[in-house]
Amino acid sequence: MTAILHIRRVAIGRPGWLALALAALCLTAVLSVTVGTRAVGWDDIGAALTGGTETIGQAAVALRLPRTALAALAGAALGLAGAVMQGVTRNPLADPGLLGVNAGAALAVVIAIAYFGIDTLGAYVWAGIGGAGAASCFVYAVGSLGRGGATPLKLTLAGAATSIAAGSCVTAVILGRNDIAGAVQSWQVGGVGGATFTGVIPMLPFLLVGLVVGLLSARHLNMLALGDETASAFGVRVPLARGAALVSAVLLCGVTTAICGPIGFVGLIVPHLCRLLVGVDHRWLLPLSAVTGAALLIAADVLGRVIARPAEVDVGIVTAFIGAPVFIWIVRRRQVRDL
Amino acid sequence: MIVSPPRTHADLIPQLSHQRRRRERRRLQIVAALAALLIAGGVLTLMVGQSTTPLHVVLRVLSGEDVPGASFTVGTLRLPRMTLAVLAGLSFGLGGAACQTLLRNPLASPDIIGITAGSGAAAVLGIVMLQWSGAAISVLAIVGGLGTALLIHALAWRDGLSGARLILIGIGIAAMLNSVTAYVLLQAPAWSLQEALRWLTGSVNGARLGQALPLLTALLTFGSLLLVRSRDIDALRLGDDKAAALGVRLGAVRLQVIIGIVGLISTATAAVGPIAFVSFLAGPIAAWIVGPGRPVLVPAALVGAVLVLGGDYAGQFLLPNRYPVGVVTGALGGPYLLYLIVRMNRTGRVA
Repeated sequence: MTAILHIRRVAIGRPGWLALALAALCLTAVLSVTVGTRAVGWDDIGAALTGGTETIGQAAVALRLPRTALAALAGAALGLAGAVMQGVTRNPLADPGLLGVNAGAALAVVIAIAYFGIDTLGAYVWAGIGGAGAASCFVYAVGSLGRGGATPLKLTLAGAATSIAAGSCVTAVILGRNDIAGAVQSWQVGGVGGATFTGVIPMLPFLLVGLVVGLLSARHLNMLALGDETASAFGVRVPLARGAALVSAVLLCGVTTAICGPIGFVGLIVPHLCRLLVGVDHRWLLPLSAVTGAALLIAADVLGRVIARPAEVDVGIVTAFIGAPVFIWIVRRRQVRDL
Repeated sequence: MIVSPPRTHADLIPQLSHQRRRRERRRLQIVAALAALLIAGGVLTLMVGQSTTPLHVVLRVLSGEDVPGASFTVGTLRLPRMTLAVLAGLSFGLGGAACQTLLRNPLASPDIIGITAGSGAAAVLGIVMLQWSGAAISVLAIVGGLGTALLIHALAWRDGLSGARLILIGIGIAAMLNSVTAYVLLQAPAWSLQEALRWLTGSVNGARLGQALPLLTALLTFGSLLLVRSRDIDALRLGDDKAAALGVRLGAVRLQVIIGIVGLISTATAAVGPIAFVSFLAGPIAAWIVGPGRPVLVPAALVGAVLVLGGDYAGQFLLPNRYPVGVVTGALGGPYLLYLIVRMNRTGRVA
């Protein structure tokens, strides 16, 4: 397996894989616009792309455009955030969903809606980032206390505990407020349906900062992978480098969760897939993870639309079904000592 | 403690048997105290609610007399709720403690390694998609729980069973199954928040006495299966090799215990939903009460019942809003799990 991949790596090369991932992204984006619950002819698609909304088909396609954009942005953010988190924590099981970051963001958004009467998307985003930051600090602190540092098992358990506790709190908040219950319930599953371009705009500045900081930290992550002492011998200011990388991951997860709801497993599986293709150099791994994450999330969204016609399966459920088997494969592949 | 060294084995025997008698007496005292606490709690929840019913009226209702007013509040509202809470708590506590003992890990309780999630998903599928009800749902939940348990066991097996791998795989499977539950609930035609919450956090709201029958049957069958095997289960705590040396037939005992655990947990989940963390908390609390190295199954069952009963009462009357019991126990269990992780850090091993 590794031998074959190695040969392919030489044959195609890293730029080749990146180009391939971009091609996959374009393909899934085209699929996402053309395929859906309603079958739409090419005439209507062409008309919708130039702004027409006269027929039902054109209107459906007009709804799919922002949805595709949101899925691409969210997927890129989650894929990159997962790769950065796995690099910073040197932990193969790091994922914003498993580590409780999404649950923290969800709790903060629900509290903001219920008690502070916040109803603009821009404010959701701030609440989501705050919650994601608090949850990730908490989980990391609990998981790394004492001997052995932050092992994957401890971090995963701390994340699971935080998720369950935050979930209980979300339920407790919703129960007091029947008026917001329905909205929160469907948001909690995680989906990109019902996206609008005006809804996507508040995400953009945060995503941009997160993407830039994340991509710039690639070289430092390579150094950190050698161990803290070696990294500081190479002139890396370890706490600063680690902090900057984590801030970018928190920004990306918090924004995505605030807009789409918690979507798990994308941040887990995409970096693992990309590592098989281009190796452990973060300068290639991070951009490839972002592009692959976008392609994967769009593909998952398309799958969710066609799999249960005429109903739709939310993308968070599709990713859980794709992601959990991969998670189990990763756990099985590694020696228990490493866990 | 300074003990003069015994000279012969003959000297040792009366001393040992005296110690053993004392331990046994103390264990019985603890079990009796827990049972008394449970009965007192049960009677209290029958008496006190939005209004207070005097004890003699409660007793008259229980003996079948028709008392205007009280027959409704006690007989229709409080009694089914109390019965269901106690039976589910006993099942969760017993099943959870047996599972933790079998896998020799306090983290390996059915609600963390995904068995509860499997039963819950099967029950929700049966109710929403197939429109089944009653005992059929219990059977479906048992099948779902058993399938999940076998799947996790098979996936975690690689040159032997490792606790850490089993727990991690269980968490992954649970995430997948929970998303099934969430999806099916979103598709449910008659979308009611209270009904959905039962399947997301566990609740005894709207309990009917008829629901108690499958639960009682399962508790008697599977519970007695576990209790008959309790001596073997205790021996398993010493490790597989030592247990085998003590005459435990490992394969057969393990299979029976797994069937017992899944039967208890799944039936309880089918009746009241996955009440968060009860099966996880009951065993350690019981072990803390009876002291280390003592049999915990019966005390754990009683502690589970007290937890569900107390959690439900607190959720109904002691908090500003009316919360289902799962929210209360979930809020209790999260911090305890974090404490376990912190302690695991200090001792440097998996729990």
